[in-house]
Formats: sequence, C-alpha cells, structure tokens
Amino acid sequence: MNGRQAGAARSLFDFYVTRGRTRIQSEFQYRVATYFWLVGMIAEPVVYLVVWTTIAKQQGGAVQGITTGEFAAYYIVWTLVRNMNIVFTPYGWEWRIREGELSAALLRPLHPLHDDVAAFAGWKPVVILLWLPIAGVLWFAFHPTLAPTPLEVVVFFLAIWGAYLIRTMFMSILGMITFWTTRVSAIFELALAVELLLSGRLVPLKLMPDWAESLAAVLPFQWSFYFPIQALVADYSTGELLGGLGMQVLWIVVLTGLTMFVWRFAVRRYSAVGN
Amino acid sequence: MRSFRLAWLFFKLGSMNELQYRANFFVQLLQSAVSVGTAIVVLKVVYSHTQALNGWSESELLVVMGMQILLGGVIKAAIQPNMQRLMEEVQDGKLDFALTKPEDSQVLISVRDVRIWRLVDVVSGAAVVGYGISGLERAVGPADVLLFFVMLVVGAITIYCFWVIIATVAFWIVAAWNSIELFEGVYATGRWPVSIYPIWLRLGVTFLVPIAFAITVPAEAVTSRLDWQTIALAFAFGAALFAFTRWWWHFGLRRYSGASA
Repeated sequence: MNGRQAGAARSLFDFYVTRGRTRIQSEFQYRVATYFWLVGMIAEPVVYLVVWTTIAKQQGGAVQGITTGEFAAYYIVWTLVRNMNIVFTPYGWEWRIREGELSAALLRPLHPLHDDVAAFAGWKPVVILLWLPIAGVLWFAFHPTLAPTPLEVVVFFLAIWGAYLIRTMFMSILGMITFWTTRVSAIFELALAVELLLSGRLVPLKLMPDWAESLAAVLPFQWSFYFPIQALVADYSTGELLGGLGMQVLWIVVLTGLTMFVWRFAVRRYSAVGN
Repeated sequence: MRSFRLAWLFFKLGSMNELQYRANFFVQLLQSAVSVGTAIVVLKVVYSHTQALNGWSESELLVVMGMQILLGGVIKAAIQPNMQRLMEEVQDGKLDFALTKPEDSQVLISVRDVRIWRLVDVVSGAAVVGYGISGLERAVGPADVLLFFVMLVVGAITIYCFWVIIATVAFWIVAAWNSIELFEGVYATGRWPVSIYPIWLRLGVTFLVPIAFAITVPAEAVTSRLDWQTIALAFAFGAALFAFTRWWWHFGLRRYSGASA
C-alpha cells in the first residue's frame, strides 16, 4: 500500500467513525419515535412465537424436537438479529432516485453506499440500547432456554455484522432496480416474501419442507437471519460455527461485487429531476 | 348527512385522480397476489405440523386471514393516507388550510385522501374469506353473513378511531410518523385469532389496539363462535371509543399552533 492509498483508507475510516457518531447523536433525539418503531417490530416475532408455542404445547411440548423454551430463545434472539439487519430499504432507493435526492450524493467524492453503511451502523448501538428493556420483558414473559458457550457468543457478535452487510448489499441491489423502472413496489414485496419464507425469519428453517430447506441453502437469505440466530441458540460445533462465518464472508464478497457491477450500469441511467 | 356527502365528493375526486394512473392497478394486483400467496404459504407451513390451532381449523383460519387482508385494504385505501397526511401537515404547519374551511375539522381530515387501487386488497381478502368459508364443515346461514357485515363495519369504525387517536398525538410529539410502523407491526397480530395469545397480549390487541374487535369478531361471526356478550361489548367499546376520539381530537387541536406555510 503506497502513501496515497493509505491516506485514502484513513480518510474513509474517519468518515465511517464520524458518520456513525453523528447518526448516534441524531437518533438519540428521537427516542420516543424509535420506541414506537421498536414495539411495532417486536410484534412480528411475538406472533410467530405464540403460534409455535401453541402448537408445541398441543403436541406435548415440542415441534420436531424444538421445545417451547427453544422457540422462545429463537425468536428473542431473532429480535436482536432483526435490529441488526435492518438496512437502508429499497423503498428508500426508490424515493432517492425518483425525487432526485441522489444528485447530491453523487457530487461527493465518495460512493453513496459508504454513507448508507456508515449511517445505519451508527444507528445500531442506539436501537440495541433501547431494545434491551424490551428483550428483558420478552425474557420474563416467555422463559427461553438459552445457554451459549463463549465461542458461540463471539461468533454471534461477528455474525450479526455479517448479516448486516449481506442484507445491505442485497437490499441495495433490489433498490437499484428503480434506475430502470419506477414501479418497483411489487418486485420489492415479492423479494421480501421470498426472504421471509427462506431466511428463517418466519420459522426455524428446520420446520420448512425439505425442498424449501435445500432451496434456502443456495440463497443468501439464511445468512442474515437463520445462521446468526442459530449460532447463539443451537448447539453448533466449532466447525459449523466457523464454516458459517466463512459462508457469510463468501456472500458478502459475492453480493458486494454484484452491487458494484449493477451500480456501474445503473448510475448511467440516472437522470435527476429537481434538486 | 352532510359529512357523507363531503366524503362522497372527496371519494369521487380521489378516484378521478387515481384513474389517471391505471398501470398502478396492475402493480397493486401483483402486490395483493404476493401478500395473499405469502399468507397461504404461512398457513400451509403451520398446518403441516398440526391439525388445529387452539381449536381453529385451517379453513377457519383462512377466514381470519382473509378478514385481515380485507380490512387492511380498507385501512390502506381510506384511513392511513388521511392520517399520514394529517401528521405531515401538523409538522409543516399546513393544517391551517383544512382548519379554516367551514366544515367539521375531524370529518374533513378523515376523508380528504383515498387511494382506490388499494381496494384491490378488499377484493382479494374477500376472496380468501369466501374460500375459507367454502371449506367449513358447517353451513353458513344468512344471519351469520349479516352479523359478519355488521361486525365488520363496527370493527372498521373502531380501527378508524384508533388511528385518529394516534395521529392526534402528532400535536404533542412531532416525530409520530413511526406510529405507522407501530400500527403495521401490531396489525400483523390480526392474522391469527386473538384467543391464542397470552392474556396480556390479548388485552393489548383488544383494548389498546382494537384489532380483536376489527378482525377476530367478524371472523367469529361467520364461524358461529360469537355470543351476545361479545357483540354487546364490541358495540359498547366502539361507541365509547368514538366519543373519546371526538373529545381527544378537539383536545389535541388546541395544542396546534400553525406555522402558516
């Protein structure tokens, strides 16, 4: 690395730190709004949890070997993973492209994606802090069975950031479809539905039919939901844990490459109106 | 009566506006197909592991899900756009334009916006309800259907009141736009009969966010689970909430200080 590259890397690092920090400060001003949002988000896993707990209880305490306590652990950890993998939405891309908001971002000597990644990363500590009391309530209400090893905790910590990057890239590619057509909401909804079913967001993938499970194995979705959750909840071997992290790295590389590729063609189609 | 005429006028205006963008109809159709498809797949996954969920068969749950989609269409077409606009206008100080008109302010802010293409969800939701009913073992009589529609209207009014209450909060807390996310999240609980939830959550989605009255009660009507106490409670709660909403709106309005856009 020569001096110029090192300087560029250092200023990029500075940018990330500063952007993350300003986002933390600005988000802390809207605590009530964030709480509204958090409670709305928590409703989803609570519904899934209640449904599966009901079924498990009807069948003597477990569905396919997953006990009520394990379901509770799965969906409570789910809430943290979900907080982590919320990224700039494709609808945001739609708005940004349709309204010409991208123009300003394009004028900066920095890829707009850096701004998204840094800003949302800065938002994470705020939501996690506000999430803690909610997690406490869920813990008392649903009695999870959760006993992770130190290694699992470390892998989990890395995996939630991997999940964050994978989902950022996927959602960016999805959002960039707006460069070609502005009627994108149906496409977004379809992609989100597929993700819901094949990521472990709806149910632990073990409960899906076999063909769906094998389909999920070749798609990136489970690496931003199922794997991070299971890293903490399930009894994965060291090999499985590290292999999982490896798969995450692979998907990050593939999806980042794809994002860059799409971006190169997409941005040429951008014609700003207004602003 | 005058209120209904006003609502009808805005409805016609909104329809003419939306009819200019016919392609949006097909986008909405696709979106509706995706959400119905997802709901059915979720149901299949659940019922591949069990025969009945707390006494509700698969067909009966289809009725509940169809109800949730149907009412969601009503909310997204007629209630949510108005409330969203209200919250934005409170923030920008543009609410002056509505308040200075010689009409009842609550009526006016409730009928200004309508997105007719979103009514596609009403049709697809109704289709799911119909499909669910056709799979029921017991025949559904005309009395059940009548009761279903009556409870549906009561439920929709209850949901409307809830939305006005939440949107009015914007007079105190400007950053209330997240309440839309809050509502959408909590609304998803309506996909399942409230009886499966633990008691604290059941009370929450019955009285705090009145989803039980809006979705489960009409679904219970058509699956013959409804008793007179529940009907009376739904009516009483709806009426009380309506009166409270009226008072709350005027109470909040006093806080409004227009920035005159």
